[in-house]
Amino acid sequence: MDSPRPPAESHFITQEPYYERVGTEVELFDAAYANGLPILLKGPTGCGKTRFMEYMAWRLKRPLITVSCHDDLTTSDLVGRYLVKGGETIWVDGPLTRAVRAGGICYLDEIVEARKDTMVVIHPLADDRRMMPIEKLGQLLQAPREFCLAISYNPGYQSVLKELKQSTRQRFVALSFDYPKAELEAKIIRHETGLDEAATAKLLKLAEMTRNLKGNGLEEGASTRLLVHAGKLIAQGIDARAACEGAVSLALTDDDDMIAAVNELIAALF
Amino acid sequence: MAISPPLGREALARRLEAAFDVEFTFHKVDHLVEILAPLERDTQDFILGWVERIASTNIQVSYEFTRRVVEALDRLDRRVIEAWAVHAMDTYDSRGLRPALEVLFKVDDFLAHAHAHAAGAFFDEVKTVLANFLCGLSGRRLELKSGEQPYTDSEKLFLPNVTAGMESEADNFLLCKAQVAFMWAQTRFGSCRTDFDTVFAGFADPARALSIFQALDGLRLEICLAHELPGLWRDMQTLSARHGDAALPPPWQALAQALAARPEAPETALALLNDAYPLDPPACRIYQAALHPQAIAEMRNARMAREKMLLRVKLAQLAEEHRENPEAQIPPADAAKKPAQFEARQEGQGWELTLDDQPIAPPVDVNQLLTSVLLDWGEIPPEMLTAAGDGEYDPALYEEKEKNPDDVWQGTYHEEGAHLYPEWDHARQHYRKNWCVLREIDLKPGASGYVDGVIEKYQGLVKHLRRTFEAMRDESRLLKRQAQGDDVDIDALVEALADAGDGREMSDQLFMHMHRTDRSLAVMFMVDMSGSTRGWINDAEREALVMLCESLETLGDRYAIYGFSGQTRKRCEIYRIKTFEQPYDAATKARIAGIVPQDYTRMGAAIRHLAKLLNGVDAKTKLLITLSDGKPDDYFDVYRGAYGIEDTRQALFEARRSGVHPFCITIDREAKEYLPYMYGHANWVEIDDVKKLPLKVADIYRRLTT
Ligand SMILES: Nc1ncnc2c1ncn2[C@@H]1O[C@H](COP(=O)(O)OP(=O)(O)OP(=O)(O)O)[C@@H](O)[C@H]1O
Ligand SMILES: [Mg+2]
Repeated sequence: MDSPRPPAESHFITQEPYYERVGTEVELFDAAYANGLPILLKGPTGCGKTRFMEYMAWRLKRPLITVSCHDDLTTSDLVGRYLVKGGETIWVDGPLTRAVRAGGICYLDEIVEARKDTMVVIHPLADDRRMMPIEKLGQLLQAPREFCLAISYNPGYQSVLKELKQSTRQRFVALSFDYPKAELEAKIIRHETGLDEAATAKLLKLAEMTRNLKGNGLEEGASTRLLVHAGKLIAQGIDARAACEGAVSLALTDDDDMIAAVNELIAALF
Repeated sequence: MAISPPLGREALARRLEAAFDVEFTFHKVDHLVEILAPLERDTQDFILGWVERIASTNIQVSYEFTRRVVEALDRLDRRVIEAWAVHAMDTYDSRGLRPALEVLFKVDDFLAHAHAHAAGAFFDEVKTVLANFLCGLSGRRLELKSGEQPYTDSEKLFLPNVTAGMESEADNFLLCKAQVAFMWAQTRFGSCRTDFDTVFAGFADPARALSIFQALDGLRLEICLAHELPGLWRDMQTLSARHGDAALPPPWQALAQALAARPEAPETALALLNDAYPLDPPACRIYQAALHPQAIAEMRNARMAREKMLLRVKLAQLAEEHRENPEAQIPPADAAKKPAQFEARQEGQGWELTLDDQPIAPPVDVNQLLTSVLLDWGEIPPEMLTAAGDGEYDPALYEEKEKNPDDVWQGTYHEEGAHLYPEWDHARQHYRKNWCVLREIDLKPGASGYVDGVIEKYQGLVKHLRRTFEAMRDESRLLKRQAQGDDVDIDALVEALADAGDGREMSDQLFMHMHRTDRSLAVMFMVDMSGSTRGWINDAEREALVMLCESLETLGDRYAIYGFSGQTRKRCEIYRIKTFEQPYDAATKARIAGIVPQDYTRMGAAIRHLAKLLNGVDAKTKLLITLSDGKPDDYFDVYRGAYGIEDTRQALFEARRSGVHPFCITIDREAKEYLPYMYGHANWVEIDDVKKLPLKVADIYRRLTT
């Protein structure tokens, strides 16, 4: 449980990631970045937030450091800690510190999952001070102009415990994401999977059907990501019904009746 | 495997006499013994098993069953016999003795449907999956109901109780699915918006016109389905072929081709009505549902008026919200006077509304209204997009009324607003469907000073409890000698330095790490309010609740308190004392004081209901703690004894499967006999002293959270 976490990936993105603009999100991000404002991405799972961040990192030519937050993530995991090696203590920067020092983009995915105390370091970074205290080192880092803090948050899974506090959310410029409109979603699926128009249209119809079931037994409809998964399996030569059962119905829910219903919808379509 | 010898006459007689309670009922068993005696042991056991199960429901029914079962066994396999027995018992439950005996007397009727019972698709079994299937298809929200034959009134789809048109079970399910899709298509592709009266009035024989239209429209819908749901369309063709539906006569094939030009509009079928009128209608395909113009028209007329009103009222609300929004740029002069005029445009699945050239995202209910209006009118008439003016409609017409549960027992009995729950009949080894009628009721508050009095009385204990629970709140453990952590572990470091000094390898486990257990817990207290708690037990329960609340408040976990009692299955009551949302305030305290003994204890229904409420809360750990004085019992009812224990056990089992941890705290000295059976050995405690109760709860907590 308490083994060292694998270092968060950090890299310059050299190849342009495939990203379809949905609205004015790119312009908004550009403007926020130019003004040193932190950014909050809101939206359901699998709708392109991570892809967008990759695209923006490439566009702004900054390294992207992504941290997936979980309920055991502490301040030290973000900031850094002392380790002992060969009889000496050495300080190791956490991903957030590395991003600040490198003037990179730090993307904290699913921020509400993190422990409450992590907010202590995020708050001063996210207002106009743009400072990061490293208590253990007695340092106060000033973030360079290039540094950018972005967090994501899915308001769908409402739970009293997991809501973003006002004092946090009001520091950020929010960008709202949702599943792309049908035409755009079709384009994305075709690009990502290489499927033809007819097959893509069926996947989209399936998505629509599962989204109709949201709140009526399903917590969430099929995301763009699930459609891409199913599409990739189909492009690979897997029978369409089997591909969708595996990539969509089983991925959506554990409820047997619901799985059966989604499978019936799949069987009606393909 | 050794085959046991058949039971002798004497043994048979004893079993039957016991089952029929002959001492009191004076049923003669001699001739039944004669019937059973020549059978093999295995068959005897099978029959006697069912005889006894049915007898637990009704002896008369069981007696008549026994008289007929052997003859039936010659013709039917056991699965069908079981279905027959269960059907008779279900009939007894829902309609009483006469009709149940009828089922048994008319064994041939049943046999005629034996295939249906062996291979048919039962509505009850397919409805969950098909209702969800239906919900996934687009359009108006439709309901799936059981009825005489498949048809739709444009809001509800009806399927028969048993569908058995096909040979195999799998095909019969597919048939149901195809029928559902066909009826959905009738609502989705405009069949239901046809003005039947006007259309058929022009024909000499309106009935013939209807059947011709139905045939044309069926062909049209098939084209739509083939396009929309190609997978299902393939299945439908297979079904039709297996069922041996006749091929389409050539003139009809030509009509089908004509329909393909614009299949999505019902007008395409209407336009061909004159041409097709002289032809004989083709035979119906097995999956086609009949059109009921009458039912559809009635529904539609009521709906069109209602939805027009609802839409316009909702739009008025939207306009008001929109115009209050300071960012909205309102043409200043006419904003106040003219009613807002919206425009609507379909956008994929949903709708886009604009008002004063500004887009407004319609809420879900408006979205659905627009979809429904479109299905009825074929477009959205502009007058429907005019926001309703002030006082244009009587609010009583659109504001939803709720029946007050307190009024239920005044006047005629009704089940509106009640929750229906199944009950487990252990003798029958089946659920009795929709057996318990349960209602939630607000508990009347009691004396306001009661809670403070209790706190004063147990001052010391309350303080002690608070401390115990407080300690639990920050149950963090300091993990020492970690490879990483928030602080240096001095002991480990000193040791390591010493090691290094001695030339030994230095450990790298030199840190301390604070491990916090994030508590995500919700507790539901289910308090026995049956008449048997009258006296000190009721006092004990109330005092315990006070102390629990005092303790739980320090912990900050979510908790709720409900009481339960009732009388007979038609009147199970759940009293709201504190919901998860309500604070522990003066009103809640007064309700705790108001916990007074009522009637009986039908525990199963209460557990099923409260587990459902508990499952609606987002928490990692969910506890259902029952405070009770004893075993399940109900008014002059089978619920007393084994039946009640078995149903309670089953309900607890269901709760556990859904992720709830049930516990029982009992004040019953005889509990040892049956509580372990219901709750499992570790999950109950007996308490003879109230003061111990909150401490016990603290124990349970600790066990579950560490
Ligand atoms: N606008 C888009 N342009 C290109 N691809 C997209 C777009 N939106 C979604 N996708 C596709 O959807 C997939 C899932 O998106 P992504 O991983 O970015 O989701 P996410 O919003 O980060 O989800 P989560 O909240 O679960 O992390 C991507 O891999 C990509 O194939
Ligand atoms: Mg992501």
